[in-house]
Amino acid sequence: MQEETKNNICVHCGDDCGSHPVMWNDEPFCCNGCSTVYQILHENDLCSYYNFDTNPGIRIDTQQFKGKFTFLDDPEIAEPLYEFSEGQIRKVTFYIPAIHCSSCIWLLEHLNILNKGVLKSIVNFIKKEVAITFNADQISIRELAELLSSIHYIPEITLDKLQEKQNQNTNKNLLYKIGIAGFCFGNIMLLSLPEYVPGHEFLENHFKEFFGIMNFLLILPVFFYSGNDYLISAFKAIKHRFVNIDVPISLGILTLFIQSGYEIFSSSGPGYMDSLAGLIFFLLIGKWYQNRTYQALSFERDYRSYFPVAVSKMENGKEISTPLDKLQKGDIILIRNQELIPVDSILTKGEAQVDYSFVTGESTPVSKLPGDPIFAGGKQLGSAIELTIEKEVVQGRLTQLWNQFDYKNQKDSKLNSIIDQISKYFTISIVAISLFAGIYWLIYDSSKAIFSFTSVLIVACPCALALSAPFAFGNTMRLMGRLGFYLKNAFVSEKLNSITTIVFDKTGTITQSDKVKIQFIGDALSMEERIAVKSLTRHSTHILSASLYDHFHQIIPAKVEGFEEIASLGISGIVNGRQIKLGSAKYIFGNDNASQSLSTEVYLAVDDKLKGYFSLSNQYREGLNKLIGSLQSRYDLHVLTGDNESEKENLLQLFPNSNNIRFRQSPQDKLNYILQLQNQNKRVLMIGDGLNDAGALKCSNVGISIADDVYHFSPACDAILESSSFAKLQRFLSISRKSVLIVKISFLLSFLYNLVGLYFAVQGVLSPIVAALLMPISSISIVVFTSFSTNVLFRQIEENKKENITEPELKGRDIYPSVKKSVQLN
Amino acid sequence: MSVLFVLIGISMLVASGFLIAFLWAVKKGQYDDSYSPSVRILFDDQEEENKETKENKITAKKNHKS
Repeated sequence: MQEETKNNICVHCGDDCGSHPVMWNDEPFCCNGCSTVYQILHENDLCSYYNFDTNPGIRIDTQQFKGKFTFLDDPEIAEPLYEFSEGQIRKVTFYIPAIHCSSCIWLLEHLNILNKGVLKSIVNFIKKEVAITFNADQISIRELAELLSSIHYIPEITLDKLQEKQNQNTNKNLLYKIGIAGFCFGNIMLLSLPEYVPGHEFLENHFKEFFGIMNFLLILPVFFYSGNDYLISAFKAIKHRFVNIDVPISLGILTLFIQSGYEIFSSSGPGYMDSLAGLIFFLLIGKWYQNRTYQALSFERDYRSYFPVAVSKMENGKEISTPLDKLQKGDIILIRNQELIPVDSILTKGEAQVDYSFVTGESTPVSKLPGDPIFAGGKQLGSAIELTIEKEVVQGRLTQLWNQFDYKNQKDSKLNSIIDQISKYFTISIVAISLFAGIYWLIYDSSKAIFSFTSVLIVACPCALALSAPFAFGNTMRLMGRLGFYLKNAFVSEKLNSITTIVFDKTGTITQSDKVKIQFIGDALSMEERIAVKSLTRHSTHILSASLYDHFHQIIPAKVEGFEEIASLGISGIVNGRQIKLGSAKYIFGNDNASQSLSTEVYLAVDDKLKGYFSLSNQYREGLNKLIGSLQSRYDLHVLTGDNESEKENLLQLFPNSNNIRFRQSPQDKLNYILQLQNQNKRVLMIGDGLNDAGALKCSNVGISIADDVYHFSPACDAILESSSFAKLQRFLSISRKSVLIVKISFLLSFLYNLVGLYFAVQGVLSPIVAALLMPISSISIVVFTSFSTNVLFRQIEENKKENITEPELKGRDIYPSVKKSVQLN
Repeated sequence: MSVLFVLIGISMLVASGFLIAFLWAVKKGQYDDSYSPSVRILFDDQEEENKETKENKITAKKNHKS
């Protein structure tokens, strides 16, 4: 049933199994987790899961979902999750970021084989959601979540999700509007056709009247329903005393409607209903194209999506799962291994190893002893701890920092777009020309005065202008997405163009958070000693041990006797008869007078004789050097880091200007730094990854968050960059510059069309057929031009890329065999 | 020529039929996910095949017992 696997590739997830695969049923697995899932599926005859896609499974390193979903037993939390609930039949939608292939769809839609309580499950692939209808008598929502977790599809349930809900209605409304506009547009074109052909003047009058009335009836839903957004937006804009693109559009729509209505009812002409319907139809299509976003990605997360929904509260020695907002000062909570600490608190019991990497970007855990204060946002590694709450969640340091940035105004970004800037001058000149034409004809031939006045407004309606940007930027966004750069919306590609300054975060952004550079300083290690280190580190879950273990990936570990781990100090054990000690300076030397070295050091002693130490430092991302080189000439480059100066030398080699490198920056410092740059009239692009950059990302002109897995948590930002595409940043910036150029060229084109139209209009000879032809021709040619030229732009870039493919890039692909499919637009 | 009125009436009816069909499809969420239906259509064969193999297994087991 399964494919032959070579090289011991895990049957489930496709990872390399290493030299000691977990065997089950003669199939190799990389870990127990994968093998368990395989067993579950095998027992239930669900193995066709493995037929749709090769190695579709999801590998999970920790098995910690026991008790993770206890909070779902609380009806108060579970209730808002249900979309539908009647009797015992409930419907719930889970967001599962792990959904990535057709096998996932298949398995998730066959959940009822695993549990009969599931009545129906339907996957929405684009949103990475699964909607499950279940019978609460047979399976509770908690069991459902646990069932999904047991096959490694862990649903992500956050407070944020509970509170948002329903945003898709706007999208549906737009589709309704397009449908109705399209329907009316087609029919009006049909009824107007007689006017286009020669000899239409011989058409009998009662037909003309009938067609006219039909056209008028058909335009009503278009005018009042499909096009109402433009009129409302223009009205609002004028009320607030600024001019956006909707103002000239509405001017055109209104004139078209009134003029045509007048012509039809006075039987003086056929009117321009065809142009009006076409105009709104094309505009709506442009709007739809522009509104397409990556629905599976979240760009607007706040702290709520980061924290768990509930934690275990200790009450009289019993654990009670309590929602976060119910926690009060003085409560005692229990935090287990790998769990997040959601509140500022004081450690009361147990030894804490807190990994603050989400907050600071620094992955080395900090050890805390009972009585020490612990800030929210850290992750506990190791044994369970008990904490006494100091402040409620909303008053926590992290939460406050986050809320502080919530001021960013949307108006500002809207007014800056090129179109709105142009539309101001456009509107003024159009009104001026129409008035001029009107007055001119009033003097020379007053019968034409009103007609020429309205003709100018009609023909100058900036349909092509309004379409160029949505299509050019929308297409750019789509194509960037294919290369691993996901923009929040189409406007961001325009904003990227104006950037003058780039600020990098260090840890996790220009360095790789999951990879460390390990050097051994001291006597060269023999093979035996290497084996010893590898074997010893295998038994420890400490992050430094894990790094060392990965460092010696070629070596087969041996058996360890008398393994001992002293928390936050070191590990020891006997390998091949020799006593090996590995740990901090304090652990090896027994006292704390170790040199105040800035890098992280792990000392090694064999038979109580010091051998030397491993120096762990950051590994810079591949292609960073080249990227910096290519960005330098055009942009100001800055580096902000929460770390100490240990990397100063290395950074100076990369970034020549030492003034632009700041160390020991708190999240607040980073934010201030960005604001300071903006005060110097610089437009700042900030690239960061952790929560500590959240403020800076929010207040910068364009905030890019970098992520290994784009579905994972990332702070609120304008764009998400896949870390593998980091080296392409310069290309993305140059693409955005060129796409702005394309928009400008298409502006020029649409102005040319307008000139032609105006030529007829000012003379007062604009016939409905010219208007009806000019409008779609200009719109369609603009759309074709922008889409075509952006595609050509990307093709050039991809060809360049193929030539430039280097060894490391290819190697990178081998390491990650299951490259996830790129995110789809909706 | 007056037959035109009838024809236009009919064409409007037919067209509104399609319009209603479109609006209904949007309402039912048929445009929400354009990927999974394309995959889902391939599942049915597989399922039946599965059932068959399952049945085969069961019969094989029975045969084995007897």
